[in-house]
Amino acid sequence: MTAEPRQFADDVPGELFDPHDPRPQILMCPPDHYGVEYEINPWMKRDQPPDHALAVRQWTDLRQVLSDAGAKILLQKPVRGLPDLVFTANAAMIYRREAMLARFRFSERQGEEQYDAQWLLASGFHVHRLPNDVYFEGAGDALFCGDTLFAGYRIRSDVRGLQQIGELFRCRVIALELVDPYYYHLDTCFCPLAPGMAVYFPEAFDQYGRDVLKELVPELIPIAEAEARRFACNAVVVGRTVVTNTGCPSLHRKLTELGFTPRETPLDEFTKAGGSAKCLTLRLDGEEAAKWKSA
Amino acid sequence: MSTPRTAIAPGTGQFTEQVQISGHIIDSLILPKVLDIITASGGNFRLERITIGQARQDPSFAVIEVSAPTAELLDEILAQISDHGAIPTAQQDCQLVTADMDGAFPEGFYSSTNQRTEIRLGGEWIEVEDQEMDCGVMVAPPAHRARCVPMTEVNSGTQWVVGHAGVRVFPTERTNERQGFEFMSSGVSTEKPKGVAIRQIAQELFQNRRSGKQSLLVGGPAIVHTGSVEHVARLIRGGYINKLFAGNALATHDIEQALFGTSLGVHLDRGDVVEAGHEHHLRAINRIRRAGGIRQAVAEGILKSGIMYECIQGNVDFLLAGSIRDDGPLPEVVTDVLEAQRLMREKSRGISFCLMIATALHSIAVGNLLPAWVKVVCVDINPSTVIKLSDRGSIQTVGLVTDVEPFLRALVQELELLDRGAT
Repeated sequence: MTAEPRQFADDVPGELFDPHDPRPQILMCPPDHYGVEYEINPWMKRDQPPDHALAVRQWTDLRQVLSDAGAKILLQKPVRGLPDLVFTANAAMIYRREAMLARFRFSERQGEEQYDAQWLLASGFHVHRLPNDVYFEGAGDALFCGDTLFAGYRIRSDVRGLQQIGELFRCRVIALELVDPYYYHLDTCFCPLAPGMAVYFPEAFDQYGRDVLKELVPELIPIAEAEARRFACNAVVVGRTVVTNTGCPSLHRKLTELGFTPRETPLDEFTKAGGSAKCLTLRLDGEEAAKWKSA
Repeated sequence: MSTPRTAIAPGTGQFTEQVQISGHIIDSLILPKVLDIITASGGNFRLERITIGQARQDPSFAVIEVSAPTAELLDEILAQISDHGAIPTAQQDCQLVTADMDGAFPEGFYSSTNQRTEIRLGGEWIEVEDQEMDCGVMVAPPAHRARCVPMTEVNSGTQWVVGHAGVRVFPTERTNERQGFEFMSSGVSTEKPKGVAIRQIAQELFQNRRSGKQSLLVGGPAIVHTGSVEHVARLIRGGYINKLFAGNALATHDIEQALFGTSLGVHLDRGDVVEAGHEHHLRAINRIRRAGGIRQAVAEGILKSGIMYECIQGNVDFLLAGSIRDDGPLPEVVTDVLEAQRLMREKSRGISFCLMIATALHSIAVGNLLPAWVKVVCVDINPSTVIKLSDRGSIQTVGLVTDVEPFLRALVQELELLDRGAT
């Protein structure tokens, strides 16, 4: 692992991360160049392209819902030819002021890495990279719940990289094998809500993974397949507000019971590429469920 | 992985490969999963080593020997488990970490054995120099050289091997040595026919001298107490001993005998206790200290016989390492233990045969420093000394439980026979 030399690019637009701002800060990337231009997961069908105008509207609505929930939205400049740059969750994994940059498994997305690194460096993060042959897809596959980092592997990220992240950040890393290609990132089937509390889609994990999650997450809420397919687990948690795609009524009822405020906003144009609310965001000041955030 | 496999465990008809896995492999159930995959696929495993992380954030670490009845099946299993992080130790470069302080290894350092070891750097296997157990392996990348270095000699900024990846160890094949060293095959025993063993030790010493190799004697004061000084003196005069490691006691009692004819006040010729003889060893030390050292005492004609005298006369390099209970000590005694250990390490390089007689302390110290391929014979009346050496990993040690004097007397006789046969 090498630390990226710090450099400030002039062309990074808009506001950067402010470590002194107490508000939740989320990185998003406008969907100017979003589309399904290749197929690297089972959701993607080039012959069923998203409606661009509708995608822009859905993205703008999500941004508004998150702002309403109290988040400050920071923007990354979209880049032509990088349609998935819109899924900022995969840019990196954030731990305090450290960012472990993604190394994408598919060459189609590897072009995103330099822009992600640029933005994070400009925002004052200390950017780390894994060795070139070790794949890792950022917060899409690495989510803190309490003081443990839960990490998905095998479909996109390599288990080897996860071990190295654990050594670098001195934290426990629980590697969970993902077994269903529809749930190719951990954030499509597991969402920490608070320390010790998470929702998950059991069938996305093997028996070992399910046993581990039951053992280590005291309040573990299973999601039924119908809602998992609606990306119920791909939720954004801002304070006590939980934002998901539409079509997750059971989860929303459960969240209300637990004292959360569920919000839904349609994101179907993005599920066509295999992403939803969480994939479209990167929490920069630490997820609500990360214990280090409050420690 | 399509390379043909040749790693067949002797006598089992199995193809084997060593893999390593690290991380939070217990909490995440990855280790049980990997082991389940191996057995479910028709392979077998042996957990060679497992280190469990102490604190929650500490990773655990396991080295597993995977075996399968065919090379194809082994490859299949290895491919499967590699997705879960179990990687053949031989198929990756070793991992290097820079020392962040003097006098301590980086965390997770590779702890060396006394077996021949190679590390992989830039795809090439390099032999580790100065092989010694319980050290770290330091790498100087530009020169592509690696050597064993003890903890106390770590300098901040140097590069160290961590983990087990890219490290391979070649255990000494005992069976290859049978012809020259047959009694090695049995462990420590008081029941062995000692004549055969002593004859073989004599042959080793004889061959070593003939081929210009170095033999080391590590000796305790019982050599003197049992009246064996003259035997050792003859070994030295015969050119069979090239180096001597001992403590203050051996040298002191040897000199006491040379000056007063006693050892710990006991007259060695008659066996009776001499009046005020208990002072002799102190008077001996004092006389040597007044002379300025053993070498000066020999030069001035004060010391005219004995083991130390023969060492000076025969140019045999000696090291006297001190201990907390030493009287005096003699001026040559190195009282800083770390310095003594360092000198012992330096002087033991290139030794090919080592005879340890009647000293637990010095034998264990030297046993720790020697690589596994150096033949070691440990002679002691107390079996526990020999067992202790073996327990500490000096597996190359051959034990002979016997009284020192008859052993040395017989050894000298055997050597004289060999000498006569040679001329």
